[in-house]
Amino acid sequence: MADGMADQLPATVDTSSHARNRSIIRLEGVHKYYHLGDFQVHALRGISLEIHAGEFVAVMGASGSGKSTLMNIIGCLDKPSRGQYFLDGTDVSQLQKAELARVRNRKLGFVFQQFNLLARTSALENVELPTVYAGISPQERETRAQTALERVGLSDRAHHYPSQLSGGQQQRVAIARALVNQPSILLADEPTGNLDSRTSVEIMDIFQQLNAGQGLTVVIVTHEHDIAQYARRALEFRDGKVRRDAAIKDRLVARDVLPTLPTLEDEDAEDELKTP
Amino acid sequence: MDFWNTLRLALRALARNKLRSSLTMLGIIIGVGAVIAVVSIGQGADAMIQQGIQNMGTNVVYISAGSGRPGGTRMGYGAVKTLTMDDLNAISREIPLIKEAAPGVMSRAQVVYQNQNWNTSIMGTTSNYFPIRKWIVTAGTVFSDDEVDAAANVCVIGTTVAGYLFGNDDPIGKQIRIRNLPFRVVGLLESKGQSVMGTDQDDQIFAPYTTVQRKLSGVTWIQMILASANTPEASIGAMQPITLLLRERHRIRTGDEDDFFVRTQSEMADMAAQTQLVMTLLLGSVASVSLLVGGIGIMNIMLVSVTERTREIGVRMAVGATESDVQLQFLVEAVTLSMMGGLVGIVVGVAGSAMINNLLAWPTVLSTQAIVMAALFSVGVGVFFGYYPARKAAQLDPIEALRYE
Repeated sequence: MADGMADQLPATVDTSSHARNRSIIRLEGVHKYYHLGDFQVHALRGISLEIHAGEFVAVMGASGSGKSTLMNIIGCLDKPSRGQYFLDGTDVSQLQKAELARVRNRKLGFVFQQFNLLARTSALENVELPTVYAGISPQERETRAQTALERVGLSDRAHHYPSQLSGGQQQRVAIARALVNQPSILLADEPTGNLDSRTSVEIMDIFQQLNAGQGLTVVIVTHEHDIAQYARRALEFRDGKVRRDAAIKDRLVARDVLPTLPTLEDEDAEDELKTP
Repeated sequence: MDFWNTLRLALRALARNKLRSSLTMLGIIIGVGAVIAVVSIGQGADAMIQQGIQNMGTNVVYISAGSGRPGGTRMGYGAVKTLTMDDLNAISREIPLIKEAAPGVMSRAQVVYQNQNWNTSIMGTTSNYFPIRKWIVTAGTVFSDDEVDAAANVCVIGTTVAGYLFGNDDPIGKQIRIRNLPFRVVGLLESKGQSVMGTDQDDQIFAPYTTVQRKLSGVTWIQMILASANTPEASIGAMQPITLLLRERHRIRTGDEDDFFVRTQSEMADMAAQTQLVMTLLLGSVASVSLLVGGIGIMNIMLVSVTERTREIGVRMAVGATESDVQLQFLVEAVTLSMMGGLVGIVVGVAGSAMINNLLAWPTVLSTQAIVMAALFSVGVGVFFGYYPARKAAQLDPIEALRYE
């Protein structure tokens, strides 16, 4: 795919075909129980699935279907009650808390619905945050954060505070933060949930570029079908089980969709024309 | 995460809530300041008292006539008549630790000069009394040994007496009347001010002990002996031999009470230092209570801060902060808060003690020890009261923390 953004991106991720066929996430009979007061919630009921390096997966399902629990386990924020989880070949279901923190730091990048940027902290420093915990030298940290901001097209906003950025820009800073330690997997939990439709497509564009151009494995949780259409594979959850696992038909390419969408400025201009 | 990063982070977090941080620090500032100021007042008082005791003389041993029990009736100090010049001479002769000894015979009398008069105490002694008690003669001279032998009517006066009798006139060579006997003033003493006991040491007249014994009191004994040794240790070492010697000379049987008292200046100095130390410790510990209260303030604010920043903690954990990273972050924040409070507190304490010295004219002595202790204590307070909030932050579940509204 020939596109401007991917050309600008530095080739820091291994894009060899070997890497693409590697199993990067493998769950085997994963169960998760929660205790809420006296009764037990069975959030995941024996999930077995495999995601290969370079895939773009949309996890779908209603709230309470177990998709968030799955994301927490894939994201090493939570451990399965039963079953095994292999991340990049390592069984992480038995790791200690500190080791899990290290895995999150080196192998995973998180993008949240609420952006979760630190307030009154510049975009650059927000992006630097994961490198701080990776024990990288201050100079190297700044270089990496700058590079990551360039990858999401925000290098000119490096010294802005989150409060000075639009929602879309904040989410791009969050993506840059997720990319800064060159993770193997990008995990996004409802990344477009707080954004308008055009900005949502812009964010999906970034994900598609990272996936296609860099071979980065992307897993997003969403309940919006039109957002899931930008992925390559959909996992549908219901009652703690995978009900459907299929390739996306009629996959959308954000780059092609974007020109068809009116910008907010266009809509404003139309509104002005209508009013005499 | 390295230390400098953590420190930078802590300073940043504190700078974000300047008012809150300064108010929290205030507790520690007041605590540390109070401890330093109180200890400096205590040390100042101690220094003053020690100075006063030093002024009493050089390694003095006081031997005073005791309370005998003639016929079973206990009398007060100085009531017995057994202490004599022979005792004094025996002590000088037989106890090598004692370098000098002077007698003391006390009396009180009305003194008159022209149309002025004043009631004061008269001390009969010998010329070596003055160096033992560190008295300096500012005008004239002290009476000679010949004048003592001859029981001459001469006297040396203190500045208070001189003030009442002579005003601004020069007293040297003037004739005053003590109990209607004419005395020639031969010397004027330098002012010593109040004694440690609070009496005016300049309100005295000194005359040959022979003159006081024969012409003023009509007695043959003396009330006290002031002896001096070379070192404080020697003065304490001399107590035992003096006691034995006097018991033997006074023929006191084993088991009977002494008819005299022996005390030393160093003993008194030690006692005063002890009292002062207890006082300083007491006041210091009262002041440290405010340091404790300041620590509780830090804990309170840190707990609020942890709650407020739950989401931030969640984000940090999600991107790779370990429990110990988070714990260290909040602990360093608490310690930074208390340490900065401690530093400002030291400045406040030092300035406060200087102000007390200048405005109230109380002597203060800054103690490096107290400053170092207060600084270390403030760090300790930060660690102690910061630990629990930091632990709480570190034990947050990242999933819950990220969801926290």
